[in-house]
Amino acid sequence: MALSKEQIAQRIAKEVKDGYYVNLGIGIPTLVANFVNDDIDVEFQSENGILGMGPFPFEGEEDPDLINAGKQTITALPGASFFDSALSFGMIRGQHVDLTILGAMEVAQNGNIANWKIPGKMVKGMGGAMDLVASAENIIVAMMHTNRAGESKLLKECSLPLTGVECVKKIVTNLAVLEIRDGKFHLLERAPGVSVEEIQKATEGDLIIDGEIPEMKF
Amino acid sequence: MIKKTVANVKEACEGIEDGMTFMLGGFGLCGIPENIINELVRKNIQNVTCISNNAGVDDFGLGLLLKKHQIKKMISSYVGENAEFERQMLSGEMEVELVPQGTLAQRCESARTGIPAFFTPAGYGTEVAEGKETREFDGKMYVMEEAFKADFSFVKAWKGDEAGNLIFKGTARNFNPAMCGAGKITVAEVEELVPAGELDPNQIHIPGIFVQRIFQGEKYEKRIEQLTVRKK
Repeated sequence: MALSKEQIAQRIAKEVKDGYYVNLGIGIPTLVANFVNDDIDVEFQSENGILGMGPFPFEGEEDPDLINAGKQTITALPGASFFDSALSFGMIRGQHVDLTILGAMEVAQNGNIANWKIPGKMVKGMGGAMDLVASAENIIVAMMHTNRAGESKLLKECSLPLTGVECVKKIVTNLAVLEIRDGKFHLLERAPGVSVEEIQKATEGDLIIDGEIPEMKF
Repeated sequence: MIKKTVANVKEACEGIEDGMTFMLGGFGLCGIPENIINELVRKNIQNVTCISNNAGVDDFGLGLLLKKHQIKKMISSYVGENAEFERQMLSGEMEVELVPQGTLAQRCESARTGIPAFFTPAGYGTEVAEGKETREFDGKMYVMEEAFKADFSFVKAWKGDEAGNLIFKGTARNFNPAMCGAGKITVAEVEELVPAGELDPNQIHIPGIFVQRIFQGEKYEKRIEQLTVRKK
């Protein structure tokens, strides 16, 4: 069966390694924090100016001066630090952040990503997404394999305005884990009970299927 | 000690004119100069260009200026959460320049530190880079972005002293430091204004040299945009 959003986050959490500084985007990526193994030490960065972001505050303990990049009230963990926006993006461009996890509307087989604008419909702005994808070495895209109309979001070429070029290396969807290599999607794992044929059907871009494809483990 | 204090928001906003460019600190509604924004609304300043990461919500922050059609152009990275903004943008009543967030911060930081332009990888290969110089360094492509020019920088800090030294709190720091000294005149509003000598010089985030006017805001609503809590 296809994964829920929580399960996508749970699978991505396995990619978070001990000692990582991680930036989580809005939506499914935010959920990843809930599934990171307690045995490892990681710090979450929010680009509005905190390292060491903690969970949401208890009712009545919220602080208007303490929010994440989604403008939600948060807490700061022991060892946390605050900094200004210029330094925050210095951290990002300077590649001090080890892993960036973000959502996407479309990903192309050459690693291009589109996630900020639907011309004439949705023009909210790119926020920090362009800085993140242009700078990070290690980017994981978390998204549904197809859009609401059932069309593939893994394409030969993006149709929407780009956020960044040739930057995505790994994608975790509700159907599969894929890697981008040599300008093609490579199928690494499938969601439990989802067949290779189903994934092939939901993927518009070139999909390389090499040998037996294992089911995801959580 | 060079004294930077002014009596109130009215005095702090002297010299503001129609058609000027303002930088305003804050991320969402966090750390915005609330008192100054209210004064801009009261003075009914027209045709202004605002450099601010966001545009407030419909009835708070920069949304108040939007509602009265005071803004000619917005330069921001993210402008969701505001229906009136979207309407004015799509109808062409207001001009909008969308800038990647790190580029926005660095264009402020560069303005205040005397760097006319810089190269960033953000936006390379996208419509953000259209018409801009690009260059390769060590095999990677970068876009040249220029420092902002602004008439006034309006910032909000937690504590400040008579000398204009500032301390910020939590994530209300955000764009405020990078805007200090980036405009021709920097006006800081603070929650608590203390005499010189009361703030520990080790703890100052922004030295007073970057601030021309400082005052204590009359009141702070500090509205929360997305209240998210856990049950105990």
